[in-house]
Amino acid sequence: MQTVKMVITGPFNSGKTEFIQTVSEIDVVATERRISSEAEKIKDTTTVAMDFGRITVDEDLVLYLFGTPGQKRFDFMWEILSEGMLGFIVMVDSTRPETFREARSILETFRAYAPTPYVVAANKQDLEDAWDIDDMRIALRLDPKLKFLPCIAKDKDSVKNILLELLYSILAEMEAGA
Amino acid sequence: MALKGNLRDFTITQLLNLINLARKTGTLVIEGSNDTAWISFREGKLAYSRMGKDDNNLATILYRGKKISQSQHKMIRSRAGNMSDKELGLLLINANYITQEDILASLQAEFIGIIHRLFTWVEGLFRFENGVLPPDDKIILRINLENIIIEGTRRLREWEQLQDEIPSLDIALKFTDRPDTNLRNVNLSVEEWRVVSYINPKNSIRQIANTTKMNDLEIRRIVYGLLQAGLVEMIRQEGAPVLPRAQIAGLSTADADEQKSLVNRLINRIRSI
Repeated sequence: MQTVKMVITGPFNSGKTEFIQTVSEIDVVATERRISSEAEKIKDTTTVAMDFGRITVDEDLVLYLFGTPGQKRFDFMWEILSEGMLGFIVMVDSTRPETFREARSILETFRAYAPTPYVVAANKQDLEDAWDIDDMRIALRLDPKLKFLPCIAKDKDSVKNILLELLYSILAEMEAGA
Repeated sequence: MALKGNLRDFTITQLLNLINLARKTGTLVIEGSNDTAWISFREGKLAYSRMGKDDNNLATILYRGKKISQSQHKMIRSRAGNMSDKELGLLLINANYITQEDILASLQAEFIGIIHRLFTWVEGLFRFENGVLPPDDKIILRINLENIIIEGTRRLREWEQLQDEIPSLDIALKFTDRPDTNLRNVNLSVEEWRVVSYINPKNSIRQIANTTKMNDLEIRRIVYGLLQAGLVEMIRQEGAPVLPRAQIAGLSTADADEQKSLVNRLINRIRSI
């Protein structure tokens, strides 16, 4: 049995847990705790170690999805989770520009861990106050060639699209390196 | 009780505040990852500071402070021999080479500059040696710590923000592919030009900082400005150790066809969800 993994990362409350829940065939093994900090109380719980979802491909292959903790004080987990990853997805909350700088920082941190392909997902694009994706690209200073995709983490098709785009990037890199 | 610990737990700002309020006399020794700093205080005021690797001879400090030229510096160093800072200072004043104010201003800028560099140290063992002051031949000042602490707090905030933007100095920079941007038309400072001249995918930001003799805060400031202006972008350094492809991709096989087949299986599965 071969297992491969992808890492879903991004700032606090960007939608990583929901993203994994939407496509995982098992109930996500979440390590959530109630939030104690007043400043971060925009939701009740947060991931403190990792989220873990699974997609069985066939009897020989399983894809694991690992969600990183969003709060910065748990960033010691990031490097551990990034080991051996096939690629990674950076989730950004389109409605909270105050988190863009942190998203950018997380992106650079993961890029430094491993030269694996990645895509950036602009989550919560269904909400009224979501930033326009082109504006977000500028604000996040993303390379024009980088895949920056609209996302709704609770919508299966949207999540599938993000995963597929990452896999296409992985395939393209393999072909380019062949 | 000994005043010692790690900057990770007790910041330089907190240390200065304590020394100021307790009106301490002695020398604070901080051992960072690459260098060691000695900061001396008399009754809670900054008296002297020295960074381990720096040349702290008075002539060099005056040259760094642009009070004397390079040729003057060279001549003083060759003629003054082993003269102490105090003797050299008196000689230069008596020879009308420089004023007392020039010397004091240069030393003040040097001492405060060393403390400013310490604000970028997030880790380092420190100990306060009570009553220990620099040798008698060194020129000692009396600088109030309040302004240094306020400026330090400001720099600490800036430092934290810059660290968020540029989390690692072990990455390289490259010029963005924007045909409409001509660097000749951009107004850059001398320091920015020095950095720009070393931008190359083969040079990490840390290497550029070492070559241009900039500290972490200075190089991050300049790189941040260039990033914000859209002139450069961060990339993985060319020649940096790269894991074998099979390991990178988290795949157990190194065979390219098998890898592609595996990714295609993943794609088909995701499509079918």
